[in-house]
Amino acid sequence: MTAKRIVVVSAGLSTPSSTRQLADRLAADAVSILGERGVEVEVSTFELRDLAHDITNHLLLGFAPPKLQEALDAVSTADGLIAVTPIFSTSYAGLFKSFIDVIDPQALTDLPVLIGATGGTPRHSLAIDYAIRPLFTYLHAIPVTTGVFAATADWGGGGDGVRSLPDRIFRGAEEFAALVERTDRSALVNDPFALDRPFGHLIGGLAGE
Amino acid sequence: MHGMDTKAQEGEMQFGIFTVSDITQDPTTGRTPTEAERIQATLTIAKHAEEVGLDVFALGEHHNPPFWSSSPTTTLAYIAGQTSTLQLSTATTLITTNDPVKIAEDYAMLQHVSGGRADLMLGRGNTGPVYPWFGKDIRQGLPLGIENYELLHRLWREDVVDWEGKFRTPLQGFTSTPRPLDGVPPFVWHGSIRTPEIAEQAAFYGDGFFANHIFWPASHTQRMIALYRQRFEHHGHGTAAQAIVGLGGQVFMRKNSQDAVRDFRPYFDNAPVYGHGPSLEDFTQQTPLTVGSPQEVIDKTLGFRDYVGDYQRQLFLMDHAGLPLKTVLEQLDLLGGEVVPVLRREFAKDRPAEVPDAPTHASLVAAKYGDEAPRQATPNPNRGDNLTLGSPYQDTVAVKDEAPAANRSGSAFGPAATRAGVAR
Repeated sequence: MTAKRIVVVSAGLSTPSSTRQLADRLAADAVSILGERGVEVEVSTFELRDLAHDITNHLLLGFAPPKLQEALDAVSTADGLIAVTPIFSTSYAGLFKSFIDVIDPQALTDLPVLIGATGGTPRHSLAIDYAIRPLFTYLHAIPVTTGVFAATADWGGGGDGVRSLPDRIFRGAEEFAALVERTDRSALVNDPFALDRPFGHLIGGLAGE
Repeated sequence: MHGMDTKAQEGEMQFGIFTVSDITQDPTTGRTPTEAERIQATLTIAKHAEEVGLDVFALGEHHNPPFWSSSPTTTLAYIAGQTSTLQLSTATTLITTNDPVKIAEDYAMLQHVSGGRADLMLGRGNTGPVYPWFGKDIRQGLPLGIENYELLHRLWREDVVDWEGKFRTPLQGFTSTPRPLDGVPPFVWHGSIRTPEIAEQAAFYGDGFFANHIFWPASHTQRMIALYRQRFEHHGHGTAAQAIVGLGGQVFMRKNSQDAVRDFRPYFDNAPVYGHGPSLEDFTQQTPLTVGSPQEVIDKTLGFRDYVGDYQRQLFLMDHAGLPLKTVLEQLDLLGGEVVPVLRREFAKDRPAEVPDAPTHASLVAAKYGDEAPRQATPNPNRGDNLTLGSPYQDTVAVKDEAPAANRSGSAFGPAATRAGVAR
C-alpha cells in the first residue's frame, strides 16, 4: 500500500510559533496512531508565513508562484489536512483565510480535516466551531468533530485540568486518523485541465458522443 | 479575389500585436491620456504595425472605463480603410454578452469592407458586471458561450436559420446579412486561459485556439494547447499537429537589456492586473513576459514552440500600462525591424510539412472552392417573407418543401434549404 499523505498547514505568524507547535503535535499523534495500525504516512508541513507574499500575489494575479503551487498541489491531493491558525479578532487569521481563498473551491472535497486553533485565552475556543468549521464545510471537506484549541495557559498547568491539551490532541488525532486510513483521495487523479464532459454533452447531445 | 497579396499569406506564421484598450496613467509623468488621445494613438499604432511589417492587429472589447474599445468593428473598419495588408482581429469578442446575431452581421460586414482581412477571437470576458448590464447571468457564462457560438456558426453557414435556444429569442427564417465574403465565414479563434471546455469547443468546430499566454505560467498554456490539439484530432479535423494555435506574449525592448528593465519597471510596478504584486524579476521568470534586448525576445519567443508545437499566430501586447505612444511606436520598430524577421526565418526552419500556414481569407477560399469561383451571394427580390418561399438568394437552390403548411416552422424547412454544403 502506498503511504497516506497528510499535509499540515500552520498560519502562525511568529517564530517560534505556538500555532506551529500545536500543528506538529497534532501531526505527531496522527502519525503514531496510524503507525500503530500499520499505515505508512508521509507528512508535509507548510508555514503560511513563508508563503505570505506568494499568497498575496496569487490574490492579485490569479496564479500561484512555484513554491505556493507546490503547497496547493499538496493540499488538494492529500489524504488529510491538519489546519491550524491563530484566532485574531474573533476568527481565523487573515493569512489563513487568504490561503484558503486561493485554493480551488473544488480542491478540498471529501478531504478529512483536523482543525486546530490557538489564542491568548480559552474564551476564543468556540471560534473553531462558528468560524473555521463552516469554512471547511462550505468547501465540502470533512472536519472531524473534535477541534483542538490551545490557549496560552494550556501550554502550562493553567489550562483545562480535566481534559488536558494532550488529551484533546489525541482525541482529535484519533478521529482524524480513522478518516485518513479509509480515504483513497491521494490516489485519485486531480487534473484541473481534464475535460469533464465532451462537447456533445456540453451542447446538448448535438455531437452524440 | 480579395486580399490575395497580404504579407500574412507569404509566411507560414502571422505576427502581430493585440491591445486591451486600457487608458492608464503614465506613472513616470502622472498624466492620464484622454479617451480621444488614446483612441487616436491606437489608430496610429495599428497603422504603424503594418508599416513595420507586422501581419495582425487585434483589439479587445470592454464595456467599462478605463477602457475605450466598446465597439471593435467600428474601429477595425476604420483601420481597414487606412491599411492594405493588415489582418484585423479581436482580443476578444464577447460571445457571452453580445447577441450572436449582431456578431454575425458586424463581422461579416467587417470582412466585406476589409476585403477579407477580418477574423475574430471569441472569449467570455473578465468583467463580472458586464453580464448583468447586458441582461445575462455570469453563472451561465460557459453555456452562453457554447450556445451563442453554435448559433453564430450556423448564421454564417446557412442562408436561412430556424433556431431556438435557452438564452435568446427564437429565430424563424432568419437570414444574417451580408452573407460572408465569398461564402467563407471569418476565421474564428477561441480564447481561454484555463477553461478546458473552450479548448474542446475550438476542437469540435475545427476552429483555432488562442492562449492568452501573458499573465500565466507557461505550464497552463502547455496543458490547454495539448488538450486542444488532442481533441482537434479526436473530432476529425486533422492530426494534432494540424490544429490552429495562436499565442499571446508580452515584451518590452531596448537595444540593451539593462535599459529595457530600467525603462519598463515603473510601468510594470504600476500596471493594471500585476502592478503592486510580484517583482518584475519574479514575473519575467514565472510568465512569458520578456523585458530585454531584441535578441532576448527572439530567444524566449522561439522557445514557445518547445511547449506548444509549431503554431500559426503570435501576438504581442505592446501598448498597455500607460506606455506613451512614442515608446510604443519605438517598440513596434524593434519588433518589426529586428525581431519578427528573425522569428519568421527561425520558425520556418524544421517546420513539418503537415503543419498548416496561418489561416487567411485566401486560404479558406482555396480550401473550400479549390479552383472554382467562390460563391457570390445575390439576393432574390424582396418577397417580404423568408418563411414561405425557398432560398432568399439566387445562387442557392431551395429544397422543395413537401411538408404540409402546418409543419413549416420546423428545422427541416429553413436550414434544410442550404444545409447540404455545411461543413464543420
